[in-house]
Amino acid sequence: MEMRSSPIKGKLRDLQIEIEGYAKEFGLDFFPQIFEMCDYDTINILAAQGGFPTRYPHWRFGMEYDQLSKGYRYGLQKIYEMVINTDPCYAYLLQVNNWVDQKIVMAHVYGHNDFFKNNMWFRTTNRKMMDVMANHGTKIRRYMEKYGVDKVEAFIDRVLSLENLISVNEMFETQEIKRHRRELNEQARTESEDDYVNDDRSEALKSFMRTKKRGEDLRDYEKKSKEDHKELVLPKKIPPKPERDLLQFLVNFAPVEEWQADIIGILREESYYFLPQRLTKIMNEGWASYWHSTIMTQRALDASEIVDFADKHAGVMAMSRQQMNPYKVGIELMRDIEHRWNTGKFGKEYNECQNMSEKNNWDLKLGKGREKIFEVRKTHNDISFIDEFLTPEFCQRQQLFTYKYNPRTGRYEIDHRDFLGIKSKLLAQLTNFGSPMIEVDDANFKNRGELLLVHRHSGVDLDMNYASETLKNLFHIWTRPVNIRTKFDEKEVVFHFDGKEMKPLH
Amino acid sequence: MDHPIKRDHSRFRKIVKGRVRENLRKYISQGQQIIPKGTDKFTVPMPQIDTPRFKFGDKSQGGMGQGDGKPGDPVDGQQDPNGQPGQGEAGEGEGSKELEVELSVEELAQILGEELALPNIEPKGKKSIHSQVDRYTTVGNVGPDSLKHLKRTYKQALKRQVSMGTYDPNNPTVIPNRADYRYRAADTKVENQNAAVVIYMMDVSGSMGDEQKEIVRTESFWINLWLKSQYKDIDIRYIIHDATAKEVDENTFFRTRESGGTLISSAYTLCKQMIQADYNPNEWNIYPFHFSDGDNWSADDTKLCLQLLDEFIIPSSNMFCYGQVESRYGSGQFYKDLNAKYSDKNSEVILSKIKNKDGILDSIKEFLGKGK
Repeated sequence: MEMRSSPIKGKLRDLQIEIEGYAKEFGLDFFPQIFEMCDYDTINILAAQGGFPTRYPHWRFGMEYDQLSKGYRYGLQKIYEMVINTDPCYAYLLQVNNWVDQKIVMAHVYGHNDFFKNNMWFRTTNRKMMDVMANHGTKIRRYMEKYGVDKVEAFIDRVLSLENLISVNEMFETQEIKRHRRELNEQARTESEDDYVNDDRSEALKSFMRTKKRGEDLRDYEKKSKEDHKELVLPKKIPPKPERDLLQFLVNFAPVEEWQADIIGILREESYYFLPQRLTKIMNEGWASYWHSTIMTQRALDASEIVDFADKHAGVMAMSRQQMNPYKVGIELMRDIEHRWNTGKFGKEYNECQNMSEKNNWDLKLGKGREKIFEVRKTHNDISFIDEFLTPEFCQRQQLFTYKYNPRTGRYEIDHRDFLGIKSKLLAQLTNFGSPMIEVDDANFKNRGELLLVHRHSGVDLDMNYASETLKNLFHIWTRPVNIRTKFDEKEVVFHFDGKEMKPLH
Repeated sequence: MDHPIKRDHSRFRKIVKGRVRENLRKYISQGQQIIPKGTDKFTVPMPQIDTPRFKFGDKSQGGMGQGDGKPGDPVDGQQDPNGQPGQGEAGEGEGSKELEVELSVEELAQILGEELALPNIEPKGKKSIHSQVDRYTTVGNVGPDSLKHLKRTYKQALKRQVSMGTYDPNNPTVIPNRADYRYRAADTKVENQNAAVVIYMMDVSGSMGDEQKEIVRTESFWINLWLKSQYKDIDIRYIIHDATAKEVDENTFFRTRESGGTLISSAYTLCKQMIQADYNPNEWNIYPFHFSDGDNWSADDTKLCLQLLDEFIIPSSNMFCYGQVESRYGSGQFYKDLNAKYSDKNSEVILSKIKNKDGILDSIKEFLGKGK
């Protein structure tokens, strides 16, 4: 599909060269950067498709596009920039933006680009994702031609519902750990299979047969043990230990057809590709904002552009009482770290200092700020970033607070401004990229081939309507009843979904 | 070729229409959820179409904000769980925002039609009205500047320059001259047109309360919608009556409340005059609708009503519809009187009782289900 964007040229190209020069001068290290110019309709299409020119066919891209287009038409929202994690790094500029906007966007994009390239959480992402996405599109279109659009789309809907059930750890598994894990899985399989014959039946069919066979095995064992009083040996549990990567688990063990397994695999790959961006939202935006601000104010800005720049910058940094603005918190925390490492406001001596005025005027003239933030952008994600660098002074300066729902007034109200409370709230929101932690515990629950998930409850209950709908989708893939163990209203409970409705198991 | 996202978009629209259909009964019985937008579009609010996922229950969660204020201060009206507009990194973000869906008259009417299994209306076999329609379908060499077709003009200029050898690829300047100008031109077509008029009559005497009027308003909205989708041109007239009848505009129709008695014949007489004056039954499809709570002043007046119906209104109309909205005060006698005379065998008269808002959909089906 021909994309309706074109490489920038002329004055804009010169501007890029200028900005790129500043970025290099400041020590940013980035992939080759390509800027494309497009109109608002094209940028809406791109944004709806997660930044990529080609995706697989799915209605939700159409929905996103519908809403973005309306938002633009009614003047409610406008996308300024769009950058994707690829090598070379692609970014899109909006035609109607004025000169200062383009400058800010370019400077901002170099920040993102550097972050994509250097932050360790992005290390395992596929930098040729543009091609991969296009291939996924081709594959899924082919399945649609073969099996019918409705059927394939309905299956995609089901899998998307489970898309967030992947494992952060997966991204950091070395080859060795991966191999070890595969072996463990294999072991569990073969042990339960025993004399299982290798034939050309599909993996899906096999795994289904395995589930059936386990039941038979068990009965055999029972019979035998009665006959010769041998010790009863139960087959090993699948999975051997709780598994967070549900999508991979389904590929391995659910009775799906080959094309279905392929689609699960495709969506899983895309989900993992986007995961680092969800893990580093605050840092990534903070870092890019830090650099657009630094490059603009110290190098690129013309005196005549200052008001426009300040206006745009303030718009992006606007604080909200209802929500933490990752741009704002990110950039301020980056600056705070820079300041602290410039002046030496860290470490035992500083922390134990009791004299407030001495603390305020603390300056060891270390000058290590820049170096420190470069290091931070390399090794941290949002959780460790907040955990390590959020300070009481920072929270106070940034006027952070937590709020909660007051059932009496029916409104959300400010709760407190307590440092530890704010920090733990923030961390809780970021844990497991804001999704509930859910693991596969048993593929043969109650010895009936039912699936058991476990929710690692961390203080907040699941939304039960959503849980029920999600289990319904899982049920259709697993084809046997599915269960989830969680806590609801302070009580341990297992919810059972039998294909019709979800109800607690007694 | 269009971008493939247009196909995703039409898949999405299809899902949306499915949702509207599923919830049609709700939309109809709750009246005002569908907001007309301009003359031929409607905005239908619906909950965001979400992919279900395991997620945290919202309310207990609370959140974090920035700004001044003391503990206990509200963080402002409604909580907005979505990112700031226009900023979000793509590929994430699951909001719970309301979806506003635009549907055209045709789309909405189609949904109504399919849901109620409404037959298409067969216009009366009378003479149709012809009308001339101008459509800009061709391109010509002359025309006003406002209709200038720039793309064609430049294409023409480019062709000329290339063939004359004056086109320089290194300096691709194309300058059209007078002869290159192209203009959009109209084709005049004669189209057959079925015209229809809907005449709403309503009893506004004291016994018709706000709830009753609301039912009539909702019902007329959907009836208009359906008829609009069936006829090219449609006139809608409103008559209110108590002991006397007068013609009013739409707004007054639904707002007026009188306290007098009820003489239904007054409305029927005015309806007759209206048809005689403006709508030749040979050319127009005529739909008189009458809504009341069933009270009439006297048996004599009812007799007069039946006479008017028999002698003029029914013979000149496609069908005559009487909807009786149940009210605490109404006796419902008029329905019985009509029913005694025009029970089911006479299909030009359709009688319907509307108990409450939930009865609207069925009543619409009764009125429109015959394809007349």
